[in-house]
Amino acid sequence: MSHREYSSDTFRIIGKPRVRIDALSKVTGQTLFADDISLPRMLHCKLLRSSLPHALIETVDVSRASAHPGVQLVLTGEDFPVEYGILPVSQDERPLCRDKVRFVGDPVAAVIACDEQTACEALSLIDVSYQPLPTIATVAEALQATEAPLQNYAEEHNIHRRLAYSFGDVDEALAQADHVFEDTFLYEGNTHMAMEQHASVAATDPDGRVTLWSSTQCPHYVHRALAKALEMPAAHIRVIACPNGGGFGGKTDPFNHEIVVTKASMLLGRPVKICLTRQEVFYCHRGRHQVTMKFRTGVNNDGKLTGMHLQTLLDGGAYGSYGIASTFYTTALQPVTYQLPRYSWEACRVFTNKPPSGPKRGHGTPQPRFGQEVQLDKIAEKLQIDPAKLRLGMIAPANSLTCNFLKVGTIGLAECIDRVVSRSGWKDKHKKLPRGRGVGLACGAYMSGAGTAIYWNKMPHSGVQIKLDRSGAVTVYCGATDVGQGSDDVLVSLVTEVLGIETIDVKCVTGDTDLTPVDLGSYSSRVTLMMGNAAIEAAERARDLIASAVAEKLEIAVDHIGFAERLVFDVEDPNRNMTFQQAVICAEEKHGTMATTGSYAPPKSAARFPGGGVGPSPTYSYTAAVAEVEVDEASGVVEVTRIYIAHDIGRSLNPVQVEGQVIGGVYMGVGEALMEESGSRRLPPKLSDALVHDNPSMLEYKTLTMHDMPEVCVDIIENPDPNGPFGAKEVGQGPLLPIMPAIANAIFDAVGVRVDEVPITPVKVLKALEMQAAGHDARVGPKAFPNIEWPQAMFVLPPWEGGDGKASNRPERKRAAKMHTMDKVKGASEQT
Amino acid sequence: MMRLPPFRYIAPTSVSEAAKILKEEGPCAMLVAGGTDLLANMKRGQQTPEILISLSNIKSLHDVSNSSGLTLGAGLTLGSLLENDSIRDSHTGLWQAAGVVATPLLRNTATIGGNICLDTRCSYYNQNEDWRKAINNCLKKDGDTCWVATTSKTCRAVSSTDTAPALISLGARVRLVSADAERIVEMKDLYQDDGANYLQRHSNEVLTEVILEPLVGWRSTYWKLRRRGSFDFPILSVAAAVQTDGGGTIEDARIVLGAVSSLPLLSTEATEFLVGKKLDDDVIEETGHIMAKLAKPRGNTDLTPIWRKKMVPSFVNHALRELRGDDVRELRKRIAHQARG
Repeated sequence: MSHREYSSDTFRIIGKPRVRIDALSKVTGQTLFADDISLPRMLHCKLLRSSLPHALIETVDVSRASAHPGVQLVLTGEDFPVEYGILPVSQDERPLCRDKVRFVGDPVAAVIACDEQTACEALSLIDVSYQPLPTIATVAEALQATEAPLQNYAEEHNIHRRLAYSFGDVDEALAQADHVFEDTFLYEGNTHMAMEQHASVAATDPDGRVTLWSSTQCPHYVHRALAKALEMPAAHIRVIACPNGGGFGGKTDPFNHEIVVTKASMLLGRPVKICLTRQEVFYCHRGRHQVTMKFRTGVNNDGKLTGMHLQTLLDGGAYGSYGIASTFYTTALQPVTYQLPRYSWEACRVFTNKPPSGPKRGHGTPQPRFGQEVQLDKIAEKLQIDPAKLRLGMIAPANSLTCNFLKVGTIGLAECIDRVVSRSGWKDKHKKLPRGRGVGLACGAYMSGAGTAIYWNKMPHSGVQIKLDRSGAVTVYCGATDVGQGSDDVLVSLVTEVLGIETIDVKCVTGDTDLTPVDLGSYSSRVTLMMGNAAIEAAERARDLIASAVAEKLEIAVDHIGFAERLVFDVEDPNRNMTFQQAVICAEEKHGTMATTGSYAPPKSAARFPGGGVGPSPTYSYTAAVAEVEVDEASGVVEVTRIYIAHDIGRSLNPVQVEGQVIGGVYMGVGEALMEESGSRRLPPKLSDALVHDNPSMLEYKTLTMHDMPEVCVDIIENPDPNGPFGAKEVGQGPLLPIMPAIANAIFDAVGVRVDEVPITPVKVLKALEMQAAGHDARVGPKAFPNIEWPQAMFVLPPWEGGDGKASNRPERKRAAKMHTMDKVKGASEQT
Repeated sequence: MMRLPPFRYIAPTSVSEAAKILKEEGPCAMLVAGGTDLLANMKRGQQTPEILISLSNIKSLHDVSNSSGLTLGAGLTLGSLLENDSIRDSHTGLWQAAGVVATPLLRNTATIGGNICLDTRCSYYNQNEDWRKAINNCLKKDGDTCWVATTSKTCRAVSSTDTAPALISLGARVRLVSADAERIVEMKDLYQDDGANYLQRHSNEVLTEVILEPLVGWRSTYWKLRRRGSFDFPILSVAAAVQTDGGGTIEDARIVLGAVSSLPLLSTEATEFLVGKKLDDDVIEETGHIMAKLAKPRGNTDLTPIWRKKMVPSFVNHALRELRGDDVRELRKRIAHQARG
């Protein structure tokens, strides 16, 4: 084994602020995105979308469209007999609807023509006759309606799924608490708003193999969906993920348009392209679920939590998408941020006639994080404890298990809180600023990669191959996809570091199912950690092969061989060296053709109960933020003047990129806090059954402009985590989490009103101020959580009560466990 | 992407030629200046002209003359208007209004004439064709229900021009030229209370210039309410101009509300109330209430109509305080998201 010493002192690339490898080609407009691809003889596709929110399709007559000059092919649902979907448990989508449409925007037919304009013209020549069905516009309607359910696999009517878990006896924990706080919150749904609209190009070769270039975060999952939906061997399909102009979760599902152009290209033997309009991107959606939440939390006078009962209700829209996972995520990560001795939760997802909800940055976690962080602010207020101190007293020990058997690694939350408290001048500002100005604090935690794949398998989650040859060039291959987050830069920098060369010497090939080993995709903040560990393994194997050859040639002990500055040398006497290229030649002479691999699979989860696959991660990142706001009392307009944020990243691989991700998360968070909302519009039911997207345009779906963006003061907390590549944890999603509640809490500090809803619009703030002025409870938010009949909870004893990670629904096990329960709970809370 | 439907494009070099083509081609032709609104609307099928007559090549439409008063060619871009320091000094409200239209990129192309004639807007109308089909269209285009006011026989789309309220407050007039005639119309009379047919301009007329009289003793301002610091159309605006004598007594005043009706609303009651008074706190407060009575916002823009109506008094307050000489720059930046002016 070659000489290895990785530390901040010896890193040449890692931890140094660098211009990322793809920056120049992006800022000079040379990066090829999917919509930039143009192939000879290429045709263009447009989709006809449903104009009704819910209806049976009676007939689709394409004869006039097919006859339109320039039209090559018209496809309908009849051409696609096989259903698909991202999760094995919800294979409920078709590339084109066959029997039924479920929202305005559901695709019904596709036209492939010589150009986009001709295809658009032909869409208006397709005659569809529908039989309308009742419109389900809201979660309340979905819970009540018993006729014509949207999906026939729903658990009951329009209830997609109800889940209930109990980690210890929470009723008892609440009964014995000094205080029980009960709060309901509403988090409106919102969407990703990536700059790039989805685009795809498919081309078929003469032997019948097909290639799809697409703006996707998950080429591997698209590959699987294509094989299934087109009923052909995956080996004959190649999916190439183009660089994405942003994803944020909006490009993690396999999409109908991807399957349609692939099929069309195979039928026509010509390349077929589609580029969605912005409105169609709103129809693809898969954005943040609207979630109604109710928290019942037990707290003792000293500010320690005794237990929590959480209920969530999700508006799923018309399809499953990642919905079951999203539903679990509205609850599963709650015990990661702070220690929670006992925890029970119930969650329910319903179907409505709207574009399907799915994963957006933070996937299911920002909603309950908002709820808990605002509730903690209320608890701190009531118990007269400083909100920062309250949270500092609730941090779990590193490397421990949560009550729901998630294994947390390093925890830098205390450092994060300390940093934002001191940098923001929190102690001089909280409760001390003049009315109208305020500060608020909140925290969050997020996983560095989902511990479980979308489909059950025992294979690696990420694979990396490295090829080296006598030219001295290194090429690294990985199925990961750069969606703008900079994963190509991470890949190249890790290999560069290990081999002691420069980033320009390393080429990377990513996101191509023909050329690259599988990586599951750019979601769940998994790429840096999983791809990174695989890349280090592959690079170290290459390094060892080279070192053994050089050791032989220069007669040096192999463990004295070092790599740096494009030289391979004796660490005791660096003058004894050869260039990296000469070293690779030596290695090729000794070992033959040079290639190495690395692979990564997450550690096994401690959770052994059904459903325990959602939440485990190799490690978790932590974040704390302080928001400073000014509230105009005449209008309710909130200006966020500054955000202080500290993020525990383990190790920062490229500080420029890390800071960029943090600021990007803040940008999205301030937008979600103040304005983002993917609403729908129901016309007066007496006059119309219409239910349309409220604001499917970049003008009316409000996100921050640069004028609205506050100053952001970023601190990066480094404490390398043994599970991360060189200690790195995630940064793509975590920094978003504390922003929304920090702003809500700052508004309370400024003017004493609570808006228990997101977005916090000036309309809501003014309403709360008016209630305050009238002497009423100055709160805007949902009044109650709807009545839902829950299934019996799956009972799992927390580790400190003797639990082994298995469900124990047998009464005698529960009873036996309960006998020594309370002593252990006491023991656990004393430890912290 | 969204594609423009096919159309014929003619770019005459004189107003008379443009007016002649407009007369000959009739209703299937439309004038286009900067095209920043019209071309986007055409992609969505809101307007479906077969012929576009461009005004871009008519040199005289880009002129500014300030011999006696100020005459602005209708083709002057908002960007070049903003570079004109004398407009900023003499007609501050107009300059401020032009500075908060859309975004810098759009202002470099959009013209003053185009903004005056800007199509009224409505969240049931400014949508793609297939979206509008999903609500069975609306009174403004292809349908027979005004979805924001289902009992209304008239379209309630919102006047969303920033410059018109400012120009009305400054007493501006516009010149309208047709193939056979020419007339000058007061800006305050250019609009009518029908969102589908909001201009008094005849379809055969070209709006060629904006005429502003010399303003002695006048001060003006423009306050725009919108969600964000750029890009957004107004959801309420207040254009205020007052003429005072040396002692601060008001000799004349024009207060105009934008974006809370199908046309900009000039309040004669406010003028009558203000003349002879000084801008003290009580007078300002009362003016706010007078203006609020006039506003008729509806649920077809961003945020709620009740809130927008509530905002009228405070925006009138901010505007009049600014004219009185209070330092409201911070407030302007924070509440109205107006960095300029």
